[in-house]
Amino acid sequence: MSEATTPESNFAPEPTVLYGVPLSDSRGQRVLHPTRDGYIALLRTLLDETFTMCADLTAVDYLLHMGRALPEGIAAERFEVVVNLLSIERRERIRLRVQVPESDASIASAFDLYPGAEAMEREVFDMFGIAFTNHPDLTRILMPEDWEGHPLRKDDDPSRIPVQFTADFSKRASS
Amino acid sequence: MSIVDVIRGGNEPAQGLKPRSEITARELLREVGAVLRMSEAEAAKLGDLPVDPSEDQTMIINMGPQHPSTHGVLRLMLELQGETVLRCKPIIGYLHTGMEKTGEQLTYMQGGTNVTRMDYLSPLNNELVFSLAVEQLLGIENDIPERAVWMRMLLSELNRMSSHLLFLATNGMDIGAVSMMIYGWREREEVLRFFQKVTGLRMNHNFIRPGGVAADLPDGWRDDVLHLLDMIPPRLEEYDILMTGQPIWRDRLQGVGVITAQEATALGATGPILRSTGVPWDLRRDMPYLRYPEVEFDVVVGSYGDAFDRYAIRLNEIRESIRIVHQILDRMPSGDFRIQNKKVTPPPRARIDESMEALIHHFKIFTEGFKVPEGEVYVAIESPRGEIGCYIASDGSSTPYRMHVRAPSFVNIQCLPHMMRGGLVADAVAVISSVDPVLGEVDR
Repeated sequence: MSEATTPESNFAPEPTVLYGVPLSDSRGQRVLHPTRDGYIALLRTLLDETFTMCADLTAVDYLLHMGRALPEGIAAERFEVVVNLLSIERRERIRLRVQVPESDASIASAFDLYPGAEAMEREVFDMFGIAFTNHPDLTRILMPEDWEGHPLRKDDDPSRIPVQFTADFSKRASS
Repeated sequence: MSIVDVIRGGNEPAQGLKPRSEITARELLREVGAVLRMSEAEAAKLGDLPVDPSEDQTMIINMGPQHPSTHGVLRLMLELQGETVLRCKPIIGYLHTGMEKTGEQLTYMQGGTNVTRMDYLSPLNNELVFSLAVEQLLGIENDIPERAVWMRMLLSELNRMSSHLLFLATNGMDIGAVSMMIYGWREREEVLRFFQKVTGLRMNHNFIRPGGVAADLPDGWRDDVLHLLDMIPPRLEEYDILMTGQPIWRDRLQGVGVITAQEATALGATGPILRSTGVPWDLRRDMPYLRYPEVEFDVVVGSYGDAFDRYAIRLNEIRESIRIVHQILDRMPSGDFRIQNKKVTPPPRARIDESMEALIHHFKIFTEGFKVPEGEVYVAIESPRGEIGCYIASDGSSTPYRMHVRAPSFVNIQCLPHMMRGGLVADAVAVISSVDPVLGEVDR
């Protein structure tokens, strides 16, 4: 592995812009960085640009890694919603990374444009607690309905599950 | 109408009152309302029968999670009018074990053991997509030795065959052709026996790893593959006689669970479901990985988008996989089976006996793992069920900061309500079967 194949910065030196949104390059893959307000407008543009399929929608909790590389002008927030779109006509992919602040963990739902995002947005809501406004059925999908917390958040403690029996080893007779 | 128009649909504005044929799929999916969006508490309230039986003609019943035709633990909440399905809601999560969270604790070296358990019917494809993602993060995706690449293709295609054979078995069982179940499992077992010889395990191999594969092919592997390739085609002919031309089989599947190309793309469905609607989309051909551009194969497409098309596509994809495996046998190169990059590859076993440094190196790689540069990457390949993708965000340590798998079954089961709407309960079984979900992957 040479240094040339893994550049330190993931984006081109001069800020490039595509569809009016900062564009970066991650290992040869195009990544757009829209703002939260411009997210739906960008999706609409991309839908017209033949990106008809929402291949994947997920999120990352960057609580422990806030110093990640982002293009200039994009302020790092705790959450990032990552959307992978696919154009069947052009055989192209494009990725969107939207910053979502911890204080107001919500973003507009892509359901109106991509009905297939419904289950994926529910999964993100379930796992990260990011609310999608105007989502038709924003409920937990993988965890039980009465579950507390959001498991994929970095500060979620997965060991705090109430159990019926607790072992008190101090009282156990040593054999 | 070109395929481009088929996918995009028209550009008419939302018109709820127009006939179904004149509305674009995106509007239809929003307005027709095949999905039952109702919480369990609301559904339970409706459990009491109305006093006046003529008052309420619909009822909500649960199908699953223990129903044998729901492929494990899928549960469907069905709204029925008599025997007709109006709306339905797939309820999942019964098999959720937090594998994406587990993936954040395991090193890149151990990650394969985790992802291989997601889609347990095509474990090698899961390992492949994870390895490709890690390799792209490391920047070594072009340095993988030729033999490793071709071995990955061989295993991936054989895995596609075994997965589709199991689909034929379960599809037959769900619809009532129970003898098909035994034949499908029998042939799949032959393929798994080959996997056991190569990887040591029938399932959950952890054989394809970042940097190559775990071991070289064993002696006599070519004869074993040739034996498979001789044995399976005549059996496929038998399936054709047993099922494809049989009137009962056709009656149960043809015209059942129809979905259009626009609906399938809007819902993100991939794999045989998308291809059954006539969209020739196969990542092996359209966004190639490994050495797929160098082998010749056809992308099988359907034309009606019904359960029969999906059955026929999978049956014929086994034939295409056999074609590919024949070409792989002709072209299998010799050489290394994993990259000779000391950063990702442990030293060979023999070196450990004679070199202290090799022992330390071996120990470090298996305990600490190797560090992967910062960055994020999404890699997708064609699994038997559709596009399986792996999104990895790395913070420069030896474990993924975030590992997400885009599971084809998870997205594909969103098609169920739209396929079932207006059909019979008995057809619901055929529809679930034709989508071929693997719940281990749906719930992760």
